[in-house]
Amino acid sequence: MTDFREQETLEELRGWLADNWDPERGLVEWRSMLADSGWGMPHWPREWYGRDLPVGFTPLVDAEFDRFGALQVTRSGIRMLAAATILEHGSDLHRQKFLRRIITGEDVWCQLFSEPGSGSDLAGATTRAVMVGNKWVVNGQKVWTTSAHKAHWGLLLARTDIDVPKHSGLSYFILDMQQPGVEAHPLRQMNGHASFNQVFLTDAEVLPEFQVAANGEGWNVATTTLMHERRAADSLRSWGSAGQPGTGRIYEEAQEEIRTAMAPYSWYPQRAGRVDLVMPRAHETGAIRDPVIRQEIARLLIMHKSAEWTAMRARTSQQRGRPQGPEGSLGKLASSNVARLAARVHTMVSGADAMLAGPDGPCDGTIAEILVSFPAASIAGGTDEIQKNIISERVLGMPKETRFDTDRPFRDIPRNTVS
Amino acid sequence: MKFGFSEEQEAFRDVLRRYFEDRSPTTEVRRLMATDQGWEREGWNRMNSELGLAAIAVPEAYGGQGFGLAEQCIALEEMGRALVCSPYFATAVLAASAIELAGSEQQKQTLLPNIASGETVATLAFCEDDGRWDIEGVALEARGDGTLHGTKSYVLDGQAADLVVVLARTPGTTGTDGLSLHLVRGDAPGLERRALQSIDETRRIARLVFDGVEAEPLPGAAAAAMEQVLARAAICLANEMVGGAERLRADALDYVGMRMQFGRSIASFQVTKHKAADMLLDVELARSAAYYAAAAHDEADDGVVALASLAKAGAGEAYVQTAIHAVQMHGGIGFTWDNDTHLWFKRAKVSEVFLGSSAEHRERLVAHWQD
Repeated sequence: MTDFREQETLEELRGWLADNWDPERGLVEWRSMLADSGWGMPHWPREWYGRDLPVGFTPLVDAEFDRFGALQVTRSGIRMLAAATILEHGSDLHRQKFLRRIITGEDVWCQLFSEPGSGSDLAGATTRAVMVGNKWVVNGQKVWTTSAHKAHWGLLLARTDIDVPKHSGLSYFILDMQQPGVEAHPLRQMNGHASFNQVFLTDAEVLPEFQVAANGEGWNVATTTLMHERRAADSLRSWGSAGQPGTGRIYEEAQEEIRTAMAPYSWYPQRAGRVDLVMPRAHETGAIRDPVIRQEIARLLIMHKSAEWTAMRARTSQQRGRPQGPEGSLGKLASSNVARLAARVHTMVSGADAMLAGPDGPCDGTIAEILVSFPAASIAGGTDEIQKNIISERVLGMPKETRFDTDRPFRDIPRNTVS
Repeated sequence: MKFGFSEEQEAFRDVLRRYFEDRSPTTEVRRLMATDQGWEREGWNRMNSELGLAAIAVPEAYGGQGFGLAEQCIALEEMGRALVCSPYFATAVLAASAIELAGSEQQKQTLLPNIASGETVATLAFCEDDGRWDIEGVALEARGDGTLHGTKSYVLDGQAADLVVVLARTPGTTGTDGLSLHLVRGDAPGLERRALQSIDETRRIARLVFDGVEAEPLPGAAAAAMEQVLARAAICLANEMVGGAERLRADALDYVGMRMQFGRSIASFQVTKHKAADMLLDVELARSAAYYAAAAHDEADDGVVALASLAKAGAGEAYVQTAIHAVQMHGGIGFTWDNDTHLWFKRAKVSEVFLGSSAEHRERLVAHWQD
């Protein structure tokens, strides 16, 4: 885009914000205006609530909103995965029915991919969708589902054909979560939190028009959703840490929305190991004077800072438009190593107090939460083992794992039985 | 902080890599490591006349190129990768830094141009028989009559150096008080030099006995200068280690890709793949710390002492771990003299301890941590 059009576009936006921004409006009312004007998702197509602007222009739009103290739409969470998937693979009916209420935040979405029998091996899903009469009927179980208990819609990956190889037998649906055949129960984790749900699907129904793409295209569509997942996780973090920019009804509503959305993730910083607490704690407990513990603290600092600088190197080469080196693929593995070592060091630093949780425990239970949360770091979002496969195959060019599940019908593949 | 190399720096790296691939193949490394001195003037002179390597970080006012530690570290990483046999570290890192930081204007004018050209091979003698790499342990005496008395050990290229910078103390002082730096000719009367047998034959160390050797003092404050010299040296060594570790990692990866057992490439075994992924992570993390420390030094970051120790300890562990994995991945052949892996393995083992063990640097990191 030429500078001239950039300036013209920003001028138009400034005029629009001056005319319309009012912190005493309701959040949904304001976001409806953003949807209708296209300023909420400026990089989306003009016919679907956007303005056809390049993605690279979005930060300039955001900066203008910030200058006015105006709120943006929530560009994060599962609903954005849904929007990206629907824009790319959905029908006009889907776009018409869902996109607007995604922008306004009125609909809550969830992602029904993982199953008790298929975690790393997502394409091994056994939840079945069978056409009965003129509807799809779904039976099976999903797990690790964020927000399932309050979701209106679910992105569902289900098997429609067991007589073809596994990846070819999957289809993708939009499931009405508020129907009798869908039951969501909280899934309690080893750290006591219940951030996710398990979802039981018993003769749940999907209208044929709510299928996304053709039969057997499910894996392809799910790949699109997953591609957007990491970006969504990043923006969720920055959204959750955003301060309150002003006073007025709309800010209060937005803060409440953030509080609710972030509540299930209060333990995520502890999962990452809370390296920031190590030095203050070591001084507090006197462990800083112990030469053995000092060695372990140093090991942790070395690993933690080196991982941080590795991410920095990756960002720098990205900004300079250089081809991505291996440093860009190591972050997940590095951070689970950091979390594991941090938990070990926290234990040494706290000594006997490392046994105590809740108000009896150090830092009002925060240390205990680290010690029982860090194992999630090497599992969630791709296990260490999967990360190492990816690094060795895609970065180092080593041979792919021998597979026993791609050349025969799904029905003939050994698999877990769902209890 | 700006973090990443410019186009010019990348081009410099490419030139060096090609040069050392050509001039320092392992056949040449093996030939040189069998010589008495471990390197040859001819190759050293050519390296300096063709590439100006010893001049990189010497200020322009003293005949150098006036680049920063970042550029010098690029050279060291490439030398570490090719296991170049030369007195570079002793001359251009240790001695040049000490003279630059503690020398008088006249000493710098006289000495640094010849160091920058490679004509003078120099070194720094500071560690003694007790193997302490901190300056407080220095016992060698500089007496009132200007003579040096005592012993230095683990002196890099100490046997061959034309010029030795010596850290000494005034009799009766302790700790960081009373320290001073001095210049001694390699052939000075009263200086007895003995080459020590090192695990690493590509890098030579010596024990130097000073028995009333006449010396010329460097007027600068020795304790302050040495803190900077040692920080620079640790950062330089970290970058050299990263180059060596990367070479070991890449060679081991190539080897498992070719080796067939049980009717399949051993690179197809998941246990090998996961080890290779861990090795990549180790080396890349060490690389980030080494690069960061060099950049921080050039921006005069006041946490540079801690960052230097972080980089040294990180690279030391990564290099040794990578070397152990590399031998293992080669299997039986990796334990033979003819296979090249042991050349880097030994450099890794020696670098782990040279300038202070990883444990010592971890301790220094915690003691100086400011975050």
